[in-house]
Amino acid sequence: MTASNLTASNEAEPNEAEPNEVGQTISRKQLNLDDLRGRLARPGGPAYWRSLDELAGTEEFEAMLHREFPEQASEWSDGVSRRNFLKLMGASLAFGGLSNCTIQPEEKIVPWVRAPENLIPGKPLYYATAMTLGGVGTGVLVESHMGRPTKIEGNPEHPSSLGGTDAITQASILDLYDPDRATAVKNAGRIATWGGFLQNLDQELTLQRSQKGKGLRILTETVGSPTLGQQLSFLLEEFPEARWHQYEPAARDNVRTGAALAFGEPVNTYFDVAKADVILSLDADIFNSGAGSVRYARDYAARRRLRNGESELNRLYVVETSPSSTGSIADHRLALDSAAIEAFALALAGKLGVKLENSPEQPSYDDRAGWIDALAADLRNAGAASLVVVGDQQAPILHALGHAINQSLGNIGTTVHYTDPLEVDPVDESRSMHELVASMLADEVEVLIIVGGNPVFDAPGDLDFTEAMEHVGFRAQLSFYENETSERCHWHVPQSHYLEAWSDIRAYDSTASIVQPLIQPLYNSKSAHELIGAMIGQAGLPIRDILREYWQQETFADDFDEFWVRALHDGLLADMAFDRRRVRLRSPIKISREFGRPRGDDKFELAMRPDPLIWDGRFVNNGWLQETPKPITKLTWDNAALMSPTTAERMGVDNEQVIDLTLPGRSALAPVWIVPGQADGVITVQLGYGRRVTGRVGTGAGFDAGPLRTSAQMWGARDLKVIKTYDRHPLACTQDHHSMEDRHLVRHADLDHYRHHPDFAQHETHESPASLTLYNTNEFSSTTGNAWGMAIDLNACIGCNACAVACQAENNIPIVGKEEVLNGREMAWIRVDRYYTDLDDPEIFHQPMPCQQCENAPCELVCPVGATTHSEEGLNDMAYNRCVGTRYCSNNCPYKVRRFNFFQYADRDTPSLKLQRNPDVTVRSRGVMEKCTYCTQRINAVRITAKKRGTPILDGEIKTACEQACPTEAIVFGNILDAESRVTDWKASSRNYGILTDLNTRPRTTYLARVRNPNPAIDKG
Amino acid sequence: MPQIFGRSFNWFANVSIVGGIAVASLLLGILLNINRLDYVSQVGVPKSQPVPFSHKHHVAGLGIDCRYCHTTVEETAFAGIPPTETCMSCHSLIWTEAPMLEPVRASFRDNTPLHWTRIHDLPDFAYFRHDIHVSQGIGCQTCHGNVDAMPLMAKAQTLNMEWCLECHRAPEKFIRPREEVFNMKWVPPHDQTAAGLALVKEYQVQTSQLTDCSVCHL
Amino acid sequence: MSEQVTSTRQQYTPPPPELGPGQTSHTSITDKITSIVLTPHTPIQWFIVVFIGLSLVGLLQVSIAYLLYEGIGIWGLNVPIGWGFAIIHFVWWIGIGHAGTLISAILLLFRQKWRTSINRSAEAMTIFAVMCAGMFPLIHTGRPWLAAYWLFPYPNSMGVWPQFRSPLIWDVFAVSTYFTVSLVFWFLGMVPDLASFRDRAQNRVAKVVYGILAMGWRGSAVHWERYEMTSLMLAGLATPLVLSVHSVISLDFAVSILPGWHTTIFPPYFVAGAIYAGFAMVLILVIPLRKLYGLQDFITLRHLENMGKVMLTAGLIVAYGYFMEQFIAWYSANEYEVYMMQNRMFGPYGSFYWALVLCNIIIPQLLWSKRVRRNTVWLMIISIVISVGMWLERFVIVVTSLHADFMPSSWDMFYPTFWDWATYAGTIGFFLLAFFLFVRGMPLIAAHEVRTLLPFGKKGK
Repeated sequence: MTASNLTASNEAEPNEAEPNEVGQTISRKQLNLDDLRGRLARPGGPAYWRSLDELAGTEEFEAMLHREFPEQASEWSDGVSRRNFLKLMGASLAFGGLSNCTIQPEEKIVPWVRAPENLIPGKPLYYATAMTLGGVGTGVLVESHMGRPTKIEGNPEHPSSLGGTDAITQASILDLYDPDRATAVKNAGRIATWGGFLQNLDQELTLQRSQKGKGLRILTETVGSPTLGQQLSFLLEEFPEARWHQYEPAARDNVRTGAALAFGEPVNTYFDVAKADVILSLDADIFNSGAGSVRYARDYAARRRLRNGESELNRLYVVETSPSSTGSIADHRLALDSAAIEAFALALAGKLGVKLENSPEQPSYDDRAGWIDALAADLRNAGAASLVVVGDQQAPILHALGHAINQSLGNIGTTVHYTDPLEVDPVDESRSMHELVASMLADEVEVLIIVGGNPVFDAPGDLDFTEAMEHVGFRAQLSFYENETSERCHWHVPQSHYLEAWSDIRAYDSTASIVQPLIQPLYNSKSAHELIGAMIGQAGLPIRDILREYWQQETFADDFDEFWVRALHDGLLADMAFDRRRVRLRSPIKISREFGRPRGDDKFELAMRPDPLIWDGRFVNNGWLQETPKPITKLTWDNAALMSPTTAERMGVDNEQVIDLTLPGRSALAPVWIVPGQADGVITVQLGYGRRVTGRVGTGAGFDAGPLRTSAQMWGARDLKVIKTYDRHPLACTQDHHSMEDRHLVRHADLDHYRHHPDFAQHETHESPASLTLYNTNEFSSTTGNAWGMAIDLNACIGCNACAVACQAENNIPIVGKEEVLNGREMAWIRVDRYYTDLDDPEIFHQPMPCQQCENAPCELVCPVGATTHSEEGLNDMAYNRCVGTRYCSNNCPYKVRRFNFFQYADRDTPSLKLQRNPDVTVRSRGVMEKCTYCTQRINAVRITAKKRGTPILDGEIKTACEQACPTEAIVFGNILDAESRVTDWKASSRNYGILTDLNTRPRTTYLARVRNPNPAIDKG
Repeated sequence: MPQIFGRSFNWFANVSIVGGIAVASLLLGILLNINRLDYVSQVGVPKSQPVPFSHKHHVAGLGIDCRYCHTTVEETAFAGIPPTETCMSCHSLIWTEAPMLEPVRASFRDNTPLHWTRIHDLPDFAYFRHDIHVSQGIGCQTCHGNVDAMPLMAKAQTLNMEWCLECHRAPEKFIRPREEVFNMKWVPPHDQTAAGLALVKEYQVQTSQLTDCSVCHL
Repeated sequence: MSEQVTSTRQQYTPPPPELGPGQTSHTSITDKITSIVLTPHTPIQWFIVVFIGLSLVGLLQVSIAYLLYEGIGIWGLNVPIGWGFAIIHFVWWIGIGHAGTLISAILLLFRQKWRTSINRSAEAMTIFAVMCAGMFPLIHTGRPWLAAYWLFPYPNSMGVWPQFRSPLIWDVFAVSTYFTVSLVFWFLGMVPDLASFRDRAQNRVAKVVYGILAMGWRGSAVHWERYEMTSLMLAGLATPLVLSVHSVISLDFAVSILPGWHTTIFPPYFVAGAIYAGFAMVLILVIPLRKLYGLQDFITLRHLENMGKVMLTAGLIVAYGYFMEQFIAWYSANEYEVYMMQNRMFGPYGSFYWALVLCNIIIPQLLWSKRVRRNTVWLMIISIVISVGMWLERFVIVVTSLHADFMPSSWDMFYPTFWDWATYAGTIGFFLLAFFLFVRGMPLIAAHEVRTLLPFGKKGK
């Protein structure tokens, strides 16, 4: 892999061979980006999938389609997508296997004219790059098959990932191939050219230059790319009067303002969760949302392992308005509305003797749960090993308070660290947007360049951005999709995906990475660098050179080329992170009179949150994310008004009933979804839905909560009124039953109980001894020396669904759409079950459910054709091409992990989607049962390497997609015959248990029971 | 009342009994074996190629090793079809004018690849890998036949699943020493089964595993 | 000549006579039966039924075509409910079939002479019911061409075979055997009557057609002797099938590990249920027919009453089955079994369960009363109720067991779609159509056997 990464970075010297055989183009794209520049200009751009079908010999192909049943044809026509590249060219050959009495059609093999180096057909290559979200980067490794990026993994060498990823990162690969993304430069809706745009832009700019750019405004999203920042500063030098604004709907304004309040400057804060013994989260979903969450989750889970006899755990307190992933794994969870949270924080701060400058009447916190004293004591005992985290959406003062508490506990330097801001120019983005709209309305703006984002849709409700745009003479937008804003721009330029363009970015802890492309832009898209570059006379200049130039100045490496190669290979720029800052608190913090003031009794609180999967709406057209159940609610394809059972009762509404959320002068219609564990009186809604203009997937999904925001109140309001309507809006929830029915599926205990009965989990159900069986137990053992097994640590699982999306990407799992989810036909091979203990103050449990790979698999003996059989190494194999679809296996599967293609779910018509598919996994067709196979394609690949190598497979050499993606390392896969393997170690744990083992299914997937670490001083309920 | 069917009709009955059975078994026989017909499996049927490339000449005549052209056969699933430059490495020096080779020169000149017609063609749901077979002592010849005797390339085996299973169920019958894999002239010893079993043991071929679905179908 | 034969075979005249007073001589019997077919006149009711049948068959074709085009997603199935209407109706139809074989085979062996006047129509019903049943396993994969090929994998060049441990494979054999035997038995029984049709037919076409079908039957002593022998042998073959077929089908469920399916009582309880449903269907067909064609003398109240008795018995066995399910669920103290049973009674599908109890257990108790058993209207109503009840039974078994099994997180509901219903209605149409075509063109009653019921000595001129 090292070699291949170096290859990627070596691509500076252009390869002389002139590609024109389309097949090669793909295969050489990432080898050699430069020599393909020319091709880009070619009208129509590279449309190589079309060529794939040509290569497959369209006529024979069509002929075959007619010769066979259309269903059958459909069954194989997407063969193009699932084979090693040269096989790709043989879509039509697939019919060979269709029915043995067909003569196979001719298939062509198209070799290179001159073979590229370092590219072996069928051997994937991996490249390190970084994904940017909200101006912050996460390091990733991208798998590339013959030049097609197919899968995203975490970068083990990058501090923000350590190999893990979240669901969004996993799914971002799909955007690259999204058939609905913007594909061509458009002028007033008509297809135009980049050149044409530049011409037109130049005219405008020359005009502006004459007046120092007085009428020029640039609107970007949060900019975290140092190089882009430099380009922008050049731009502002060239146009001194011009202004640069930043805005994105899920901006971390409150965090920055809070830091400024505390320290006088918007320093960047990040945490060392690994060092924290006691953690208090004030409505912060730190493990599944926002900068650094992947790393935080991993560090937290590392302290929950209870390995070999260790019996100490860290302790997590969560106070939150709406249940989150973080809250669901807390040792203590308290549901409060935001006002109460503020009061709570004040009370705690007081208890801890934090100096405050209080407002005349200080809100009193009614400590019913009896938390404050116990918590304060616990934090104080932990001393410097404690940590208080405040949610991104909380008021600035609360953030300042958080800093103050952390300082008074002495956490700074141990669990809390400060650096210079990650953003190139940290501004209060809602104010920045406010100013922009004001000056637009005042007709001061003549040229508006929008770089990314969609202000028409997501600007605060009180700013009429749409209207303001009409006052601007020249409006151009660069964005990935054509959206509500593009409609109102004279020019729209498609934006490149991060896998298509060069850039750089800083991670949560300011580690800098180069964002390197894996593939030439599929369409004529441009990156922000190219657009801004074009405005400062860098047009046509390779962005890579601009990056190199920038970092050459930054680093003092004597051999920059080596530094550069190393940076690309590792996925991070060595020693380029900021130094930690010693900041001093501007004490005492001033508490405003509004802070912690409870809302009126007749009012509800509205809490705005970015969606855990769709985020601020930028992923709304990503089918994988749309269909992935939200971590807690298990809703798909929609956002909803979340409220507690009590609130719903009081309001007299029930699930799916539409209510009218009204704030003074603004309102929105939303379907109700009742969520146990929600703070009473709080209605939580997610941003990003209700899109009018986007791709086919996202349009019309959910409702738009945007209008309820104002630039003053971006994250909620406390004067919400609710009007019932009698409409209903069906919500597609993947889990209808939320109680475990005492079935001992998730087994759990308190730490204290665990200490006395470490093996409590193994005595919850009555199980007949293993010896007591009619089966010959030898038949379960393996003669090959490998027997695959999996263990899942319920102490680590935060229910984020990264595993589910990773599985979807790895195994070509189709999406089925909202209707089919409503019909109960979702296809997830690994689902995360979520159970509640009770309605009002529930404990929340997550349980990932992949195929359990039973040694006594009930599914196997009922299949009439033997399409699902047992492999020597203990896999429950599924031969898709043999399955006739009786569905008996699914009926007989006690774990219900089998999925059936009731229709032709796999998209076989959209060429771009074919390119994403994993060539090593069959694309299933209609009428076929499918299921998790522990990523048998990965097992095979490694087994063959090992055989050729002549040594046994090493532990950890095979990672299943879910295991690899899991941010908390909750899943481990390996050889249970290998005494040294991690999985053997886990299964030896006293917490290890299998579910439904009383059926004598002998599952190979087992679970490690969950152990909570409650504070004895707080009696729960 | 007159009979419509006279005695003479009785022979119908008798004939139909015998005839029925005969016809039925004939049809069944055809049905059972249709996939094994060369017409269906295309065994021994050469296909038209842009250049009438002769393995016989290059392998038997010139003694070029398989791997000279099929470079990735030991590394990956796909054995590899040589790029035009491989052909030109010799044919830029010899037979430079041969009209037969014009397509090759054209390809090299205009940088347009040759479109060869695939001979050995598995369905897409069978994930065959050359590298592992070669490394475990399955000779080229075992599946591709005596290529060194083929002026034009043609299938030597049906490639039906039952044919794959012959070996996957009893590899000892076909396995050969690794160093003989690329030897076209290799003949199995008299005690192939015994020798085979020894090799199976030595190469750690897991026969018990070879018939798992997931070995070939992913 | 048949006289001699019958006379030789005349053992005894059972009191009371199986035939009504109307039928006095062989001639009158044969006349009556042949007249139903060999006549240009067709009752209008016949046309009405056949029209309904045809239009429903049309619907069937549409729904199957759409199914093959779109896939089984058009049905209300999902995970966990992988089986729905298709399997329910497969079992339902197969069950109905049973009465025919029972009457013709078992009662023949038991020398129950009264059966003779209903066995022919009952057998016909069997054939057509099994045809309807057979459609469902074929289409329920949505890709019948594949299903057919993998289950009967010829030509096979794969070197692998179906998996004989799976009850679904046993099904294929059980049902196809059953169908073949029933078909042969049915046709064989008709040969002598077809011969008399041939002899009595006026127009030439009919003569030829029936001539071919009669396969040169001359009624010679040798013919009769072989005929008797063969029908006894076939009866011997068919008898175990009556029991085996539905036992095997019950194993489709019993072999699984699903609470509500994994039950040892299934085989006997399915067979009883089948006979129950079968006789109900016979009555539903026979009662109108005897009125329509004035067959009261052949299908007398005594027949109806006997069938009523059989239903009552079968019904009680079925009731016992239900009780045993309840008892075992409680007695096993297995949490899944217990939950399943409670959910079946009081869960979302509770109403179906209680409706089932009402239809299959409570209402049929009316049959204890002789008055009810001899009242055609009552019998008709009860039979219909029972057919509905047996449908409910299959629904309850299939759906309530699947919709909430082991994993609470996966529990879901089943809502049949339009196409589910359309397919069902279609098969009913096919059944009606086929049966009435049979009535119009084939000997509805085994004349030659009925003749043997005449008191000794009374012969036609």
